[in-house]
Amino acid sequence: MGAIKVLIVDDHRLFRSGVRAELGDAVEVIGEAEDVESAVRTIAELQPDVVLLDVHMPGGGGQEVLRRVLGSGSQVRFLALSVSDAAEDVIGVIRGGARGYVTKTISGRELTDAIRRVADGDAVFSPRLAGFVLDAFASSEAPAIDPELDSLTQREREVLRLIARGYAYKEIAKELFISVKTVETHVSSVLRKLQLSNRHELSRWATARRLV
Amino acid sequence: MPAAAEGPEGPGFPRLVRPVEGRLVAGVAQGAAAQLGLDPVVLRLAFVLLTVLDGIGAVAYAALWMFTSRVPYEGREPARDWSQVTAYGAIGLALLALGWLTGASTGGIGAWPIAAGGIGSLILWQQADPDRRQRWMDSTVGQARKNRVRTFAGLVLVVIGAIGFLAANNELGKARPGIVFTLVVVGGVALIAAPWLAGLWKELQRERRERIRQEERAEFAAHVHDSVLHTLTLIQRNAHDSREVARLARSQERELRNWLYQPQQDADASVAAAVRRVAAEEEDSHGVPIEVVCVGDCPLTPELSSMVQAARQAMVNAAKYSGSPVVSVYAEVEPGEVTVFVRDRGVGFDMSEVPEDRLGIRQSIIGRMERNGGSARVRTEPGEGTEVMLTMKIEGS
Repeated sequence: MGAIKVLIVDDHRLFRSGVRAELGDAVEVIGEAEDVESAVRTIAELQPDVVLLDVHMPGGGGQEVLRRVLGSGSQVRFLALSVSDAAEDVIGVIRGGARGYVTKTISGRELTDAIRRVADGDAVFSPRLAGFVLDAFASSEAPAIDPELDSLTQREREVLRLIARGYAYKEIAKELFISVKTVETHVSSVLRKLQLSNRHELSRWATARRLV
Repeated sequence: MPAAAEGPEGPGFPRLVRPVEGRLVAGVAQGAAAQLGLDPVVLRLAFVLLTVLDGIGAVAYAALWMFTSRVPYEGREPARDWSQVTAYGAIGLALLALGWLTGASTGGIGAWPIAAGGIGSLILWQQADPDRRQRWMDSTVGQARKNRVRTFAGLVLVVIGAIGFLAANNELGKARPGIVFTLVVVGGVALIAAPWLAGLWKELQRERRERIRQEERAEFAAHVHDSVLHTLTLIQRNAHDSREVARLARSQERELRNWLYQPQQDADASVAAAVRRVAAEEEDSHGVPIEVVCVGDCPLTPELSSMVQAARQAMVNAAKYSGSPVVSVYAEVEPGEVTVFVRDRGVGFDMSEVPEDRLGIRQSIIGRMERNGGSARVRTEPGEGTEVMLTMKIEGS
């Protein structure tokens, strides 16, 4: 397998070149886009493996890009990258179809890891995203409509808790005596629940909690 | 009318004002008593007596209430002494009964419509008092509705007063054609003026919105100026010191985020807010980023407050000695239990080699938790980083 092809979508030119420099040779940056229109066009044209997607952009933001690209049946994978840590934004892009969410303060090495993980079809959760998910799934005032989708298993909860405590996947695997692959499976399964669960609470929770 | 509000302003002539503390109804009697150098009881009795005789006491009271201003009062208003209010009410009723039984004050009844009208107009007039209106307008929709109820009640009382006055003087029949005439004229004028008034109203609302927007913009500009521009200047001055630049940028980022997204949170009220605040303070003083994730929340009890202090000590240790580029803090409130984890990826240490007298861990963290009914565990190994786990039971909800 060759280098992972990455497209950077962000409306700040400075930031795009910064990310490009930080990623170095680990992945191949094949292009950049600066708004929703050009992002949709460039993704169709260049077919990257992973799109680094900014959440706030003119013309509808990251969620609009997700809607239009994934809506057209594309299999491109998205990793959301944003300065915002607001629950609304985080839950919004994840439910929109992004496979991970990291903040722009992430180091170059961690970002490369995250891109690789997303390219492999796994999910990337930042500690804060893990916290949000735990919080959102914990508030279970309404009964779950679909028990399989609407609640987390004990193991998933443990994994999320360790992510929130700042553990890397490898450290989680060691802590729980499971393989890294199993950790990835758990996180992907949480991601699936997060995206598919029709717990109306989830969105309401995110809106009600305009926290960073 | 004794010593009304009028009188030349000056140091020698204090104005009649209504104090809030010690008032029974609105503070008129107390204010007037202070003005006259009398005991408020004397004036209160005088008002009661005059009210019973022919209602003039109530009218005088209302007039004084209307034309005097309230002493500005900070904080929660003290409650009225209702037992005293009841006592004066009882005295009034007794006097009324006495007057009615002896037939001495039949004329007094005729003044009641005046009193009703007076109270009604008082209610309406009070709305024009700027600071009172401010207080009514400030609050919620429920308050706005209350406001409308007040207006309505005031109008009803005034109308009752007017009709009662006419009826008491047997003038109602004569007044009827006049009333009809007045209604027709007023209706006609309203019809003519309505579009203009509506336009005026709209214009007023628009201006108000515009003003609010401008105030918001001014507040925003002030904030940006005070904090963001200030920090940018500091960053330029400290450009050679990358650590300081990072610290400044981070603390500014946190502050701006709080201002933009965070609902006003009282750091002394909840666990999550307290943990966030403590982390922010330690981040500022040590220049090491502290990432905080909180799940759930609950009110801060003294025990939990100690727990936050223990967590703070753990953060200090991690930021000062571990050499870790970042410290992770995770606080979770579950029914029945609060857990806080403070973790770094720094050098770690050998727990068994920590001397007994090292206060940081043994006293400030483990000791403090145990004294408050919680527990602390420290997991560390040289080269493996350190994690401090604090747990405390709480009243399950």
